[in-house]
Amino acid sequence: MSILDSKIPKGPLADKWTKHKNDVNLVNPANKRNIDVIVVGTGLAGGSAAATLAELGYNVKTFCYQDSPRRAHSIAAQGGINAAKNYQGDGDSNYRLFYDTVKGGDYRSREANVYRLAEVSANIIDQCVAQGVPFAREYGGMLDNRSFGGVLVSRTFYAKGQTGQQLLLGAYSAMNRQINRGKITPYNRHEMLDLVIVDGKARGIIARDLITGEIERHSAHAVVIASGGYGNAFFLSTNAMGSNATAAWKIHKRGAYFANPCYTQIHPTCIPVSGDHQSKLTLMSESLRNDGRIWVPKKKEDAIAIREGKKKAKDLSEDERDYYLERRYPSFGNLVPRDVASRAAKERCDAGFGVNKTGQAVFLDFASAIERYGKEQAAMHGNHNPSKEEITKLGKEVIENKYGNLFQMYEKIVDENPYDSPMMIYPAVHYTMGGIWVDYNLQSTIPGCYVTGEANFSDHGANRLGASALMQGLADGYFVLPYTIGDYLSKDIKTGAIPTDSKEFEEAENKVREQLEKLINNKGSHSVDYYHKKLGHIMWNKCGMARNAKDLASAMTEIRALREEFWKEVKVPGELNEMNAELEKAMRVADFLELGELFAKDALHRNESCGGHFREEYQTEEGEALRDDENFMYVAAWEYTGDPATEVLHKEELKYENIEVKSRSYK
Amino acid sequence: MKLTLKIWRQKNSKAKGELKTYPIDGIEGDMSFLEMLDVLNEELINKGEEPVVFDHDCREGICGACSLQINGEPHGPDRLVTTCQLHMRMFNDGDTIVIEPFRAKAFPVIKDLVVDRTSFERIQQAGGYVSVNTSGNTIDANAIPVNKQDADDSFNAATCIGCGACVAACKNASAMLFTSAKVSQFALLPQGKVEATERVLNMVAQMDKEGFGNCTNTGACEIECPKGISLENIARMNREYLSASLKG
Repeated sequence: MSILDSKIPKGPLADKWTKHKNDVNLVNPANKRNIDVIVVGTGLAGGSAAATLAELGYNVKTFCYQDSPRRAHSIAAQGGINAAKNYQGDGDSNYRLFYDTVKGGDYRSREANVYRLAEVSANIIDQCVAQGVPFAREYGGMLDNRSFGGVLVSRTFYAKGQTGQQLLLGAYSAMNRQINRGKITPYNRHEMLDLVIVDGKARGIIARDLITGEIERHSAHAVVIASGGYGNAFFLSTNAMGSNATAAWKIHKRGAYFANPCYTQIHPTCIPVSGDHQSKLTLMSESLRNDGRIWVPKKKEDAIAIREGKKKAKDLSEDERDYYLERRYPSFGNLVPRDVASRAAKERCDAGFGVNKTGQAVFLDFASAIERYGKEQAAMHGNHNPSKEEITKLGKEVIENKYGNLFQMYEKIVDENPYDSPMMIYPAVHYTMGGIWVDYNLQSTIPGCYVTGEANFSDHGANRLGASALMQGLADGYFVLPYTIGDYLSKDIKTGAIPTDSKEFEEAENKVREQLEKLINNKGSHSVDYYHKKLGHIMWNKCGMARNAKDLASAMTEIRALREEFWKEVKVPGELNEMNAELEKAMRVADFLELGELFAKDALHRNESCGGHFREEYQTEEGEALRDDENFMYVAAWEYTGDPATEVLHKEELKYENIEVKSRSYK
Repeated sequence: MKLTLKIWRQKNSKAKGELKTYPIDGIEGDMSFLEMLDVLNEELINKGEEPVVFDHDCREGICGACSLQINGEPHGPDRLVTTCQLHMRMFNDGDTIVIEPFRAKAFPVIKDLVVDRTSFERIQQAGGYVSVNTSGNTIDANAIPVNKQDADDSFNAATCIGCGACVAACKNASAMLFTSAKVSQFALLPQGKVEATERVLNMVAQMDKEGFGNCTNTGACEIECPKGISLENIARMNREYLSASLKG
């Protein structure tokens, strides 16, 4: 075990980034033309990095498995993006955003990174508006804000329920500008399958053309991994079907440490599972908790009656309802952070108060918001004695204006009108705070291999606050990486193009080809999905919202056995040299089957509860997470050894010099 | 539910394709259309046959990857949804469902139900952006006030997911709705005004070059668009194009 150096610049917190930017080496424009950078993943983190690096003059190659960068899963982010603009004058500041994020992350994130994130956040909004991102506005023409969980200010900028889409299309348009200039070469429908290291430095990748099946070598002076998180290890999650950990896992196997894999965000407001056929879960934005109130019946018999269809939500009067978040957490109410809200829902459902057929759902109710807005609107229209119908009609219009697309999506999936009866929701796997360990410069433990966005670990600690993922992805890509990678590349100005005929490229290509051929020639008895679903089952039941030592240890054994069975028995139809969706899936699931075991190992070693990592053995009398700062205030970064079970732990001690570490309370 | 599926199978871009018939049973109303295809594929794999390849990713109607022509309609019989959000409760026991890829000269088939939509990429690359640097050195966001109605209209145009249903719905395979949505997003905002002339000329020129057909105002695109992108955008682009042509 070693202690990791995070390379945090010296000096006061608020000055670190400015000072660091002044200290890094620059590359002159003429030399940038001779330097190539590979960016894997074209979501907010990758797309923004690619655009900015190309604009600076580097030659950029982008890789994504989708047919267009615009389809990266950042597109699905709904609610918003945080920025410490303080446009509402409600007391926001860089320090408050920093404070909320560190506290929200349960004191397990790196202080200097979070402060930098808060510091550049305001600039993201300026940048995106300049690009023509159509954020929501007030009647006076100024930008509108709303509130998200875990904070007491309104700092979230949004574009209805499609904020991720609009921000990604902004980054995509910036990429298109550079593609048109010839500075970005996009490799769409390509998947990175290995990293190539030459003389200790990341110098390229092996990728497969997903149309022809051809295996290709691509070289560069640096490689940026922005390939998102690993939530799909659970099979069912809010991630896209293709979202995968392959790029991150391959660099891990080449020497990049993997940090805090057990920190997973289970999002409280998702549409509940309806049956075995289910292929993915759909999120209902956290922004709904601005106006929706979460409840279950107070009496168990009412819950049973609702489950059996004998009663409806509307039949229960106010005093028969248990608004359990408002009851348990009066000061934050329905806007507690996601981990807290998810656990509270699980607690009620486990106690027998769930409200759908499976007993795994709670209500998210808009009735009181509809009434409140309806009265407000009526008054604004000069109607001071409105009828109940008028109030409801006007109130529904306001709700539709705010969340229309989410309500429509809910109705299409569930076949029930959420304006008339409350939504039913349940927690689902959504985001992974863990990821590749990076230093302050976003560089992994492999020189020249940088990791941005959800794929890295740094900013969210053990729990991410709502509307912070978009902020981090764009901060990393537009504003942080372009500076820090320049410092590294300044040493490469005389290197010249990296040849792809070296033995390192050949070795990596052969390894990839071998693995692909093995899968195709295996001709086993079960499909890839069969194994993926089994893995998901283990992960959800034993590494999900509540974990304990016994289950985690057995999860490790079960995942290992499943992995061995997979390699013996998996069946991948089709051929190597063609479009082959099953082969793509098989490669991704093979990696999840390794990552899952490390996930359980990390969760097992962390004998405390923090953020999204809840160990049943470590809780307060009221059932809140109980941290152990004395023994676990560190980042657990794992070094690959050839086998997930024997990976070696390295620690980065976390120091909080600008914030008082205390137990996290939202009461 | 018991169904008969007639699915377009085509080995690759050069091979000849054909409709093949697959009976399927045990389909539930709560399944999405793509989950129904997952069930079919699992059966095919277990039987040792090649599964049907189709584009899909987010499965929540926002990425724009899914692209099926179902019984002659892009994204099937429901309105304002993509194929991934189309649920089987829209169909009845015993139905025959014909599933084809989006058809257009500018969308060649890659395999089975997967088409090549890079023509859309090139239209965007021709001018679908505001030429500002991404270094963050710009003015404060609230220094550019935007009329709420314009901001909302711009947003509505910007919600296009680039799926190509508009092209597949059009008898001329025109890409006017797609192109006009991006032109409109920027035409409605002060940030987009500076390059308005070049943008519309370049994007329309690229659209024509890709082999998309002309617009004859039948309005099929608007009806089939899963995001409800309005025909007003085409009218707006025509105005922008005319005034740009006069300037240019």
